[in-house]
Amino acid sequence: MHEMVVTESILRITLDHAARAKAVRVCAISIKLGQLSSLVDDSIRFYWELIAADTIAEKAELRFERVPARALCLDCAAEFALAKDSFTCPSCKSERFKITAGEEMTVESIEVEAP
Amino acid sequence: MKQTIPIVENILSANDKVAAENRARLEAAGVFAVNLMASPGAGKTSLILATLAALEGRLRLGVIEGDLAGSIDADKAAAAGIPAVQINTGGECHLDAVMVRGALDSLPLDRIDLLIVENVGNLVCPAAFALGTRINLLTASIPEGDDKPYKYPGMYRGVQALVINKIDLLPYVPFNMDYFRRGVEALNPGVVTFPLSCRTGEGLPAFADWIVAQVQHGRHKNPD
Repeated sequence: MHEMVVTESILRITLDHAARAKAVRVCAISIKLGQLSSLVDDSIRFYWELIAADTIAEKAELRFERVPARALCLDCAAEFALAKDSFTCPSCKSERFKITAGEEMTVESIEVEAP
Repeated sequence: MKQTIPIVENILSANDKVAAENRARLEAAGVFAVNLMASPGAGKTSLILATLAALEGRLRLGVIEGDLAGSIDADKAAAAGIPAVQINTGGECHLDAVMVRGALDSLPLDRIDLLIVENVGNLVCPAAFALGTRINLLTASIPEGDDKPYKYPGMYRGVQALVINKIDLLPYVPFNMDYFRRGVEALNPGVVTFPLSCRTGEGLPAFADWIVAQVQHGRHKNPD
């Protein structure tokens, strides 16, 4: 969807924290993306090449952790993987559930070189 | 020396911060703001104009129109006598809190009770960007098809109210209302829904009454 804006945010967060640590280079960035976030890794990598150029994060490796969507059934308390096209609890067929994972969209950590 | 710095920061936290500022500003001014989202052509602008008519002067309306280009929607609102600001996103697929902050500067907030922010027509991206409004309102429409909750769960999950527009087309379009509602209920249990038709006016009084109640309930300023 809006990977350009998201990539800009990742870069801003990265550079903020790198500057605070007085880093000279950012080696890697760990990013957690839930399945429901509608964000595409390749698209983020594409924008990253463009906007991180000439920064200390230019050569950073982008490490994506994908979190599958999971839900908790409100009727039988079963936890289950949320299918793309069905919102039904596999145990009791209930359609009442709470999403417990899959909406993540965070910069988890960065690996930097500091003097 | 290599070191790992733990961060765990939401990628859109900068937007969320500005959204919180917008929200505080709107609440201080006694403005109840609604983020109106839908696919293109679902009837967002029609809903605004039909709501204006159905409100019969009970609330003073203001509008922020988000579009990729042009000012057709803001012109329509202005022609109806509503203070309106157009935001052209220049190709961006959604409104964000910074764009809305800019638009708030151009509106007479002290003379607005209900501010409707018409987002860019899109069922994917707008759901991720908080604007600082009080509620998110989604307008679905019959010709879009009954499978939309299943295809755009992020959007259907993130709203506090749902309008189902163009119900006058139900006899002519294959649309299984039970299937649609089951999807909605699974994603967003108990969300308040308003089946209506902006064209015939059916269902609009109930929606207008609900919005008046919401504004009165959430009001901080004294009526003048």
